[in-house]
Formats: sequence, C-alpha cells, structure tokens
Amino acid sequence: MTEASMTKTDMSVSAFLMRRRGRGRFHWTDGLTYAYLLLGLVVMFVPVLWVVVSSFKTPANLAEFPPTILPFSAETAVVEGFDEPLPLFDVVGEDGETVRLAQIRRVGIQAQMIDPADPEAGRIVVPVENATPVRRVYLAFENYTNLLASSGNQIWRYVFNSLFITVVATVITLVMNSMAAFALSKYRFRGSNVALVSILATLMIPATVVLVPTYMIVAQLGLVGNLWGVILPTVATPTGVFLLRQYMLTIPDELIEAARMDHASEWRIFWRIILPLSSPALAVVAIFSILSRWNDFLLPLVVLNRRESYTLQLALASFQTEYGIQYEILLAMTTLTALPLACAFIFLQRYITTGIASTGIK
Amino acid sequence: MSAGTQFAAAAGAVVALPARLVEPVMYGLQRLLGIRRMPWVFLLPNLVAVILFALLPVFINVFYSVSGSDRLFPWDRPLVGGANYATLFDCDNFLDPSTCSRDLFWRALGNSLVFVPVQVTAMILIALLTAICLNRDIRARGFFRGIFFFPVMLSPVVVALTWQWILQRNGALNGLISSAGLTPVNWLVFPNTAFFWSVFVTVWAHMGFYTIILLAGLQAIPRDVYEAARMDSATPWRVFTRITLPLLKPVLLVVFILAVIRSVQTFDELYVLTGGGPGSATMLMVQYIFEVGFASQPRNFGLAAAASLLLGVALLIFTGIQMRISRSGRDD
Amino acid sequence: MASLTLDKVTKSFGAVEVIPGVDLDIKDGEFVVFVGPSGCGKSTLLRLIAGLEDVSDGDIRIEGDSVVSIPAADRGVAMVFQSYALYPHMTVRENLSFGLENIRMAKPEITRRVTEAATLLQIEQLLERRPKQLSGGQRQRVAIGRAITRDPKIFLFDEPLSNLDAELRVMMRVEITKLHERLGNTMIYVTHDQIEAMTMADKIVVLRKGVIEQVGAPLDLYNHPRNLFVAGFIGSPRMNFVEGRIEALGEHTITFAADGLPPLVLDGAVEGAATGAPVTLGVRPEDFLVSHAAEKGWPATVSIAEQYGASSYLHCTLPGDRPVLIHEPGQSKAGRGDVIHVAPPAGRWHLFDAEGLALGNPRLS
Repeated sequence: MTEASMTKTDMSVSAFLMRRRGRGRFHWTDGLTYAYLLLGLVVMFVPVLWVVVSSFKTPANLAEFPPTILPFSAETAVVEGFDEPLPLFDVVGEDGETVRLAQIRRVGIQAQMIDPADPEAGRIVVPVENATPVRRVYLAFENYTNLLASSGNQIWRYVFNSLFITVVATVITLVMNSMAAFALSKYRFRGSNVALVSILATLMIPATVVLVPTYMIVAQLGLVGNLWGVILPTVATPTGVFLLRQYMLTIPDELIEAARMDHASEWRIFWRIILPLSSPALAVVAIFSILSRWNDFLLPLVVLNRRESYTLQLALASFQTEYGIQYEILLAMTTLTALPLACAFIFLQRYITTGIASTGIK
Repeated sequence: MSAGTQFAAAAGAVVALPARLVEPVMYGLQRLLGIRRMPWVFLLPNLVAVILFALLPVFINVFYSVSGSDRLFPWDRPLVGGANYATLFDCDNFLDPSTCSRDLFWRALGNSLVFVPVQVTAMILIALLTAICLNRDIRARGFFRGIFFFPVMLSPVVVALTWQWILQRNGALNGLISSAGLTPVNWLVFPNTAFFWSVFVTVWAHMGFYTIILLAGLQAIPRDVYEAARMDSATPWRVFTRITLPLLKPVLLVVFILAVIRSVQTFDELYVLTGGGPGSATMLMVQYIFEVGFASQPRNFGLAAAASLLLGVALLIFTGIQMRISRSGRDD
Repeated sequence: MASLTLDKVTKSFGAVEVIPGVDLDIKDGEFVVFVGPSGCGKSTLLRLIAGLEDVSDGDIRIEGDSVVSIPAADRGVAMVFQSYALYPHMTVRENLSFGLENIRMAKPEITRRVTEAATLLQIEQLLERRPKQLSGGQRQRVAIGRAITRDPKIFLFDEPLSNLDAELRVMMRVEITKLHERLGNTMIYVTHDQIEAMTMADKIVVLRKGVIEQVGAPLDLYNHPRNLFVAGFIGSPRMNFVEGRIEALGEHTITFAADGLPPLVLDGAVEGAATGAPVTLGVRPEDFLVSHAAEKGWPATVSIAEQYGASSYLHCTLPGDRPVLIHEPGQSKAGRGDVIHVAPPAGRWHLFDAEGLALGNPRLS
C-alpha cells in the first residue's frame, strides 16, 4: 500500500498505523518491526501497569486465582439477623432459574445461602459451582490510606528521608562537580591532568568493591544511621565532572576573557557566566543524580541501620519481609515509590535520553 | 524557554542565598592566593570527596583483606597476612564447591561466571535489536523509545517487587498459563527457573539504557553511507554486517564494557527478587560480599575485602584486555 | 585617552618565542592597525597589551605608567573580541552593564552610560534582546558598545570584522572610523586584511613572525615599502616581482636585466645601486604601461584576461615562465595568446637588494 494510493477519505486505522514517515512502499520488515515493538510494549509496560492495577484490588480480590484483570469487589447486602454484610451470589437453581442470594458461609463444595429479600425463608444449601459472585469494578483506595495508617505515619518519615538525601546530595553534587569541571576545563595549570585522571579513575572502582572501607570511613565520621552518611560518599561523581567538563570545554574562552576585562572575579565568572551557560549539562547531571540517589539501595542498606533513618527503598524492601502476606499494602507502596520518577520521566524524557546517549558516545 | 533554563532558574533560586555568602569568601581567596591558584580552590571540595570516599577506601580495602577479626577500625585489626585469601581458596577439589571451607564463595563465583556472560549477551542482542527497530522509519518513535527506556528509571526494589508479584505462585503469569490449560510453575522456587528469571528481570530493567546509547550510535552513522550502499545494490543483511556493525563497533565496545561491569555488580534486584535463593542458586559475588561483611554475625570484613579485591582485580583485567583488543582492532 | 609604549616586549610560550622583542610608540588618539599574515603574533601582541597574557620580558606603558603587573580589568583598556564574546544568556542591556555592576557603579550612572552607548551605536531598540536574536552586524555593535560603556583609555579590536559578510564589513569599517573620529580615543586594531588596514589606520604596523617589518601611514607603506615582505603584503592585487641584476647605471636611469628578458631601462635613480648587483624588481600591476604594438618593454603573453568592466586584469607570462599580473584601465582589447609589451613608467618601480631591503626610493631628476 503506497501513500499515493490512499486518499484522505479511505484512510483506515490500519493504514494510519502502517503508514511510514517517508515515502516508499510498506516492506515486510516494517511489519516485523511493528510486531517487535508491540511485543516490547507488552513486555515492558504491562508488568508495571499490572502492579498499579493490583494495588487497587481488595485483599480478597488479590487472593483469587487466576487473578482478575480489573480490580473487583464483591457486592454485599445487609441481611436481618447478621451483623456483617453478606456477599451476594447469582445462583442457578435446579429449575435453571437464576436467583440472587447472600452467602452466609461456605462448607467444602457446599455453601449456605439466604435470600436477602426474604430472610424468613431460611437457609438454602447450594453447590459452589452453581454460584457466581456478584461483583463490580472497585478501586480500593483504602490500600493507600491503610498504608499510611498502618505505618503510623512512619511512611512520611521515609519519604522525607528519601527526599532529603536526593535533594541535598544532588545540590552538593551539582555545585562541587561544576566547580571541579570549571577548574579542569577553563584553566591551564600544573597538576590539572593529574587531578582529572585521579577523578576519572574512580569510574573504574565499583562502589561495591569499596563497600567495607566506605562504611568504615562513614563510621569514623560518626555518620552511621545518619542521612549525611549516605549523602557524602556519593557526591563526588566522576561522571558528573566528566560530563560538565566536556560541556564547559565548548564554552569559548573569549567569554571568560571578556568577563575578566569586565572586572568579574573568578567566582563571579563561574557563577554568572559558566554555570548559566552549562544549564543543559547541569540538567543531565541533576537527573542522573536524582535517579541514582532516589533509587540507591546498597549504601543506605549498610549505613542506615535505624528504622527512623530508612529511605523509601529500604522501607519497601523491609515491607516485603514484614508484610509478606499483606500484598495490598506492599503493592500500594511500590506504586507510591515509583510514582515520582514516573512523573519526572514524562517531563524529562528527552533530556535523560540525550544525556545517556552523550555519556555513552562522548 | 527550554526545560534546562527553567531548571537552572529554579536551582539558582534555591542556592542564591548561600551564593551571596560564598562570593565574598571566594573573592577574598582570590585576592589572597592570586588567580593562578584559584583552580585549586575550585577543585578542592570535589578532590577531597574523591580522595576520602573513592581513593582512600581502595587502600584501606587492601589492608582489610590482610587483617583479621571482626573489628571495624583498621587500627584494631591484627595483621593476618594472606589468611583471608587462603580461607577463600581453601578447597580440597576446586571443581566441587562443597569441598571448600567457603563453599558459598565458590558457588557465588560460579553463578557470576554463568550469569555475566549470559546476561550480557542477552542484553546486548536485545538492546541492539531494539535500537535497530527504533532507528527505522517508524511512527511514534518517541513513544516506543520511552516505553523501552522507562524501566531504567525504576528503582531496583520496585523492579524486583513488580516481577515477584507477577512470578509468584498465584501471580499473573501462572494465571495466564492455567487459563491456557497448562500447569502453573512455581517460578522462583526451582533453581533453573529462578536463574532464568534473574537474567530476564535484570535485562528487562537495564536494556533501555543500552538501547539509547546504541540508538545514538546508529543515528550517528551518516545517511549517505546507506544511500551509497543502496546504489551499490547491497542486500539489507550485507548492509547490516558490512556497514552498520563495523561503524557501530566503538559504541558496541563501550556498551559491552559498561554492561559487563554493571552485570558483575548486580545485587539489588536479585537481593529483593530471590534473596540469592533458592538455596544459593542466584547468589552472585556482590551479594556474597554483602552477606559476609554485613549480614552475617560475626561480620567478617577481612574476607569481604579479600573477595571484593579479587572482584576488582578481575574487572580491571577484563577492562584492560578489552581496551587492548579494541586498540589492536583499530590498527588494522 | 592615552599614549601607549611597548618597550622590548617579548613573549614565549614554553620554548617557542612568539614575539622576540617589539618596540612601538602609539600616540594619544591614534588609530593603529596591526596587520600581518596569520600566525604573525599580532593577536598575541594585542592580548599582551590587554593583559590577557603576561609578557615574558619587556615593559608596556600606558600614559607612561608600566602596566605589566596590573590585571587586565584595571588597565583601562577595553577589548572587542573576534567572536564578540557576548554573554549569550544575558540581554544586550545586561551585557553592557555587567562590567559596570562588577565595579559596583551606582545604578543611575550605569543606566546613563548604557543609554549613551546604545544611542551612539543606534542599538536602543535592541536592549532587551539576547545576542541570539541579533544579526552579525548588530552583535558587532553591541560588542563595541560594551567596550564604550567602560570608558576605556584605549580600545582594542581583535579582528572584529572577520565574521561579517563582505558588504557589512565595508559598512562597519566606515562606522568604526567614524566612531574613532567622534570619541577620539586611542584605538588598536588587529586584522589580517590589508584593505582594512589601508582604509582605517592612521598608522599601520606590519608584523611578520613577531617582528615589526615597518610602521607608517598607509600610503607611505604603499609607496615606499621598506622590504620585499611589506611590498608584497600591502597592496592588492600583490606586487609583481622579477629577480635579476643591475646591468648598467646611467645618470638618471638604471638598466635591469634578467635571464631570457630583454634589458629594461628604468627611469629614475636609487642610492646604493651598484652595477652587477643581484636585485629584485617590483612593479605593482597598476603601474605597468601596456602597449599592444610598440616594441618597448617586456613581451608578455596573455593567458587569461579578466574583464571587470571598469578595468581589466591580464594574467600574463613573461619569457622564462615568469607569471605577471597587469592592470589595464578600461576594457582591455587583449585576448588569450596575444603578446603585449609592458614597462613601468618613470619612478613607479621598486628595487630590492639580495637581503630583500628596498634600495631607497627612485628619484627622478
């Protein structure tokens, strides 16, 4: 199907989907490409969607197997003589007629039912396979309110800890990295290469390899269980220095000379000229920093040993063991933890992807 | 106005006040030291942090690995020479981990030796395939790029919990399987399936990162090269093997090195997803270091340091070999 | 406003000596142009004066006071950079006032100066724009405006017109000259374009490899180049050179001979000429007299005739495969392959000795 053969009026949905940007005929490889991309869409996106949907299910709904696609909740009815509301079932009687009954209890493959409209008629015993629950779509927001309540508002503590670490570490990282990058890109001085190499060499040292001594130094500084014990070891990111330096190299030296002739001090040159002009690179470094701080796990796991200093990630991981059975709360918390980054991602996608591309390719 | 400048404006507002205080100090330093020494003033904070939290730990780690006891501070620890290394290598038969005094180390090592090549190969193949698809003339490219990339943003804990929820006995996957009339499998309870899903989940979480890098590499290949190849009536397969792959080689190398380094360091996802289990079927090196140094009592920092140094040296050798290979490749 | 003195100024980058030693006096209010081929050290010299580079040795004095140990900002000079170096994230107004804010000048005074400079350069309506929104010529004006607001003793221009297109360049040339007349400041202007030098300068300084080859008013340099380099560099198109020797010396004539060429009798005399000495004869294209028939002068074979309409340039070859360019006023009748006869008129020629130095100026009786 070529573009030329299509008129505006008969452009069907499939034609729209299959149409390619450029001119040319639709090739079989295009079909394969779209098939692959759609498969990717399912594999990449559906799991997360599934968690979000599941987090709105009631515990009873979560326990069902096979799971329902949408969150359902059973319809209930208040029946005279029973304190609790009873779940409603559509029961197919022996005569083939369907009646709506309330279930009192289930015994094996039999269930005791009662007619909510006529409770005086007494209990009816029905085989389970004849009864289907009456349900409607229901978003269990109480999972989220319960999460906040059951943790005794501890959750706000975790959110604060995560936010504090993320924001403070990112601000310090940005200022320190850009200062170092400024020195390494805009000055010629003895020792600059040694400094650059020793900063970049730390790229080669995986954080896990130096976990024990890092913990020791944090302990020596008296920062175990303290949020600063997670912030400080991570602020001197070599990638940040590298990215910013590469960017600052592209800022013409003449600007600095002009500023110097304009009586600007070195700090003022840095603060008023170089930093504003580096904002694209700063944004990329900031995004990286926010991402890795917010998601960091191993270092907080080792350093933050007190419950009140837990980050969201630590709390989430510990919920898994403590609330192992309470899936509805775990799922709600998983969704909450992923939410801020999901929002950030929507706004910053272009920056993140170009940033990653530029670090990889250089 | 772009998001970048907006961001800069917001950041500027947050730090404006401290900056007011810093300026006179920095100006005073400039008067005191002269312009020539100012770069060192700018470098100092970062350099201190690098030395304190990156270079110094390497040296301390070496000391840990040759000293014993469960004391944290180096000055409390007696020297034991190569004892920690000897403990790690204390085996009757190196082919059978159960004959070793630290059998977990060897099991973790063995797991890593299988996990890393499998995961890296799968990762690069899938990322390359995805990048090639995304580089084609397709609709909604930005949308699909975002779809493949977004798991990179998720925290490892969230990734692990998400897949745990899907793979658990009553999870969505078994739901699909049983509604198709097959027998559900308890995925994370059997060593082989747990290992498979460990690879799958880590690839799922990180492939977007490499896809983006490879996509940028593909887009950097000039269009006219392809057009010239078309004029030379090259088949798509030949175009791929003779033009795309060779021109992508430098980027592929970067991706490969990054993927290996990060694969060796895999910890968070599996710690939450499988906890290293069942048994020790999915326990990798970093988790072993964590278990020995922090999770078990008494904490054996010496052993953890020795294991981590071995890991670091292995990574270093690997990177060195890679650089050598890539350099000799360039000479051709 | 100020005078400037360079006293044995030298500059080395590592082992490379860029400027081996320069002496120069610039008077108050002069418009001086440093000209030379790229890499001749003219920009370095300007940056030394600005204080952006430190001198290796020697002294720089502004109004008689040494400034070598004074930082760039405090020398009382302002510079217009080749790339303009406008702060891209600031508006034109902020660009003009940044330097004044740095010295904590009072707000009203800043506003006054910015307005004044903007009015002078006719950029008042651009004050709230950013450099990206300006054309090349407008950026140039802002860069000059930034220098003006600082009210410097000396203006420094580092190839300021090299990024403009040809038409705009001619316009800005005139404007800068007018600006100089209006402000009366000392201005130092670096360029590799000898036309800019000729048209703008009160005084031209020709530089080669960090050495001053000649200093003088534009027409002095054109009429009386001190050596082969200046003779070849000043004037466009470039002077023709023919190597040969002095065959005979008359009272008011010199006979010049070169292999394969008929001897040429030059009207005029120079001091220091000796019979038999190897010399180079230089004749500017516009100085040749062309005769299409007469047998006087050198026979030149036309290979290309460029018709400009108002004048013509004939690319010719002299015997011995020597290329020569000849300017003929009006529309030439010569075509490819024609043989014409050329000779310089009295006094419109230059002789250089074996070292390349000019043998004085031809004197006519």
